[in-house]
Amino acid sequence: MHDAPIVTALADEHALQPAQRMSLLRFITCGSVDDGKSTLIGRLLHDTGSIPDDQLDRLSVDSRRWGTQEGAIDYALLLDGLSAEREQGITIDVAYRYFATPRRSFIVADTPGHRQYTRNMATGASTADLAVLLVDAQKGLLTQTRRHTLIASLLGVRHIVLAVNKMDLAGYNQAAFNNISEDFRDFAARLGFASIICIPLAAKRGENVVASTDAMPWYAGPTLLAHLERVDVSRPADNQTLRMPIQLVSRPNPHFRGYAGTVAAGTLRTGMRVRIQPGTNTASIARIVTADGDQPEAFAGEAITVVLDEEVDVSRGDTLSDARAPAVVTDTLETSLLWVSETPLNPSTPYLLKAGAATVSAQIDAPRQGIDVETGGIVVMTSLAMNEVGKVTVRLDRKLPFDTYAQSRATGGFILIDRLTNETVAIGLVDTPVIVAAPAAQLSERWPPLTGESSWRSLAKAFSWRALGSFGTVILAFALTHDRGLAAVIGAGEVLTKIVVFFLHERVWARVPFGIAPATKTHQ
Amino acid sequence: MRHTDHLHRLESESIHIFREVAAECDRPVLLYSIGKDSAVLLHLALKAFYPGKPPFPLLHIDTTWKFREMIAFRDRRAAELGVELLVHTNQEGLRQGIGPITHGSRLHTDVMKTQALKQALDLHRFDAAFGGARRDEERSRAKERIFSFRTPQHRWDPKRQPPEFWNFYNTRKGPGESIRVFPLSNWTELDIWNYIRHENIPIPQLYFAAERPVVERDGALIMVDDERLPLAPDELLERRRVRFRTLGCYPLTAAIESDATTIDAIIAELRQSRLSERSGRTIDHDSAASMEQKKVEGYF
Repeated sequence: MHDAPIVTALADEHALQPAQRMSLLRFITCGSVDDGKSTLIGRLLHDTGSIPDDQLDRLSVDSRRWGTQEGAIDYALLLDGLSAEREQGITIDVAYRYFATPRRSFIVADTPGHRQYTRNMATGASTADLAVLLVDAQKGLLTQTRRHTLIASLLGVRHIVLAVNKMDLAGYNQAAFNNISEDFRDFAARLGFASIICIPLAAKRGENVVASTDAMPWYAGPTLLAHLERVDVSRPADNQTLRMPIQLVSRPNPHFRGYAGTVAAGTLRTGMRVRIQPGTNTASIARIVTADGDQPEAFAGEAITVVLDEEVDVSRGDTLSDARAPAVVTDTLETSLLWVSETPLNPSTPYLLKAGAATVSAQIDAPRQGIDVETGGIVVMTSLAMNEVGKVTVRLDRKLPFDTYAQSRATGGFILIDRLTNETVAIGLVDTPVIVAAPAAQLSERWPPLTGESSWRSLAKAFSWRALGSFGTVILAFALTHDRGLAAVIGAGEVLTKIVVFFLHERVWARVPFGIAPATKTHQ
Repeated sequence: MRHTDHLHRLESESIHIFREVAAECDRPVLLYSIGKDSAVLLHLALKAFYPGKPPFPLLHIDTTWKFREMIAFRDRRAAELGVELLVHTNQEGLRQGIGPITHGSRLHTDVMKTQALKQALDLHRFDAAFGGARRDEERSRAKERIFSFRTPQHRWDPKRQPPEFWNFYNTRKGPGESIRVFPLSNWTELDIWNYIRHENIPIPQLYFAAERPVVERDGALIMVDDERLPLAPDELLERRRVRFRTLGCYPLTAAIESDATTIDAIIAELRQSRLSERSGRTIDHDSAASMEQKKVEGYF
């Protein structure tokens, strides 16, 4: 049955292509309970030769004991690694499986379908590049399919494969496939996926999973594996600006002071000017240090240590940003929150917010709106309980740099932690980092000028205004008194006093939002 | 390695995890078991804190039944690298003479590994322990988070694992609780070997084929590493060309017949193999759910 060796089942070119030259694709599989998800993954692993014989032997023993396939191989048991899952016949938590073909290495996270375990599904989705969404050709889109699509889009999964399964039971009917595909494209159109492909397949018979089939001559697209091997999931690098949260300050000896972290977005280069946020200090990158030697640049995802060209204050939780396009530094965020705790949101309790390497205290307002995770529509919502998505305002006790989640998955997301139980209660996505006018008491720090006028410009305006005004005053005083000396004294006195008065008046107005629209600003 | 290569991605993610624990936990420790996964784990720890040294010690749980070569290798590596190495043995178990031959693999593993590990973690009050476990090894590990929480009694609750989003790890824990951290979660056995080759990481010679004294017992080839392994009258001590795919207590670790004397040959052999890595570990065969049960009780 299994003559082919592991990994090389497909081709022998593997040996010619060293493993470290391959790219990595992380994907999740999701869908409703009986849509054949486990069979699909089983098929994928089996047909790529990724199930060792001893595991297959144990699987057949387990299938007889726990299986739901009347003694035949039940692939769900391969993935349901916890005894509670095998007993109950349901998937509780994400299972990770690994396989490789000559083209790519894959990490597949098989996620649970039950609503109760949505947070485990979200755990798998948060690191995935792509989601394979299963539907039964006879049933079409179900509520659960829509919920999974929506959560995948919320968590930043940008590529979707709609696998229309059990085509054999639907008579390989092209119209049935087209209807489901169109339904899905309609639903997913506004969720902003970068790519959507629909593939008709029959997982149990292995049709269009790894091998193509003659049963559906009307389908000219790739098999599932062929698509997974070729799909380009890289994000366009040119619209990503540098963000690097600092995890550690490295001071092994008096001669070295480096800042260790992982590049979250963009590209870091030596000589580049960076701003140390949330502060406003800037410095240049002197060295990019790794254990393999210094490098001239570092890309998103690389763990490195940087040395700056001057002594500036940098500590854990700070972020190095491209000085030309820094993040918005704010203490107020408009967010979408997916609540994952059994205890609902309590707006009167402070939570801890962790973003990058920074952890701060955060107050969460009660939501006014939320997203219906089954239809994708906006609904009125006044509280936030497990598995719900609310639109809420988050207020931090100190300012941090943020981007929108749409711009950067790494610097536009955060988690919320309950202070007492230490439980992760929510995953948050920044819709808008808000700059708002704060109370007048904190004028200097929290009340930046709205008009963008500098103090020097205000002073220049005061001079020009007074020169014009005082000239009029001197003329008027002379006309009334016919005393040149008196007119000159009145004019000169007024120039001095009114410049000061006008300057102060102008600086106060520069900070008053009255009559200036809009009061909020979104980072570009 | 190019930044898009998958080994480089795995390396960076592991380094990120090491740094996060070092920054947020009070007393981390690296569980060093001398095998190939530990070798990679230690190598990544050294890279993560370069040009400094890892800010935590290594801990080896010595059951006193490891291959002699493993112990020599352990002491040599620690000395070469100048890192702190702690060795702990369950003294009570030693006094009672608990061993795999006299007491069976299950009791031996529980007393000399699981209980010993808990003793050592409590003794040094470690609040985070790095381990080299990988999700591709075994199906209950396939379900485990990278940051895996333990109660003050070191128990794992697989039904109530906290969610884990992106690489934002929540390291906060209650009094007495600790975290087992698995930076190699997403590595496969093949990744480990390709990385060892690429980075030139030293590993014990036991992984390479050589003539060794073995006895065939229950279909497994057991190496006779010292005089503590008694032979039954019908058993024959013979010299065969063997190597080990994993390393543990020598009476519990089966050798495979092999001619692989280089890492390239090992990788080639691995690609041809139809058996999983842990098929040579007798302790895993006790029952279908044995690894999960051992983990629940506090085994790594």
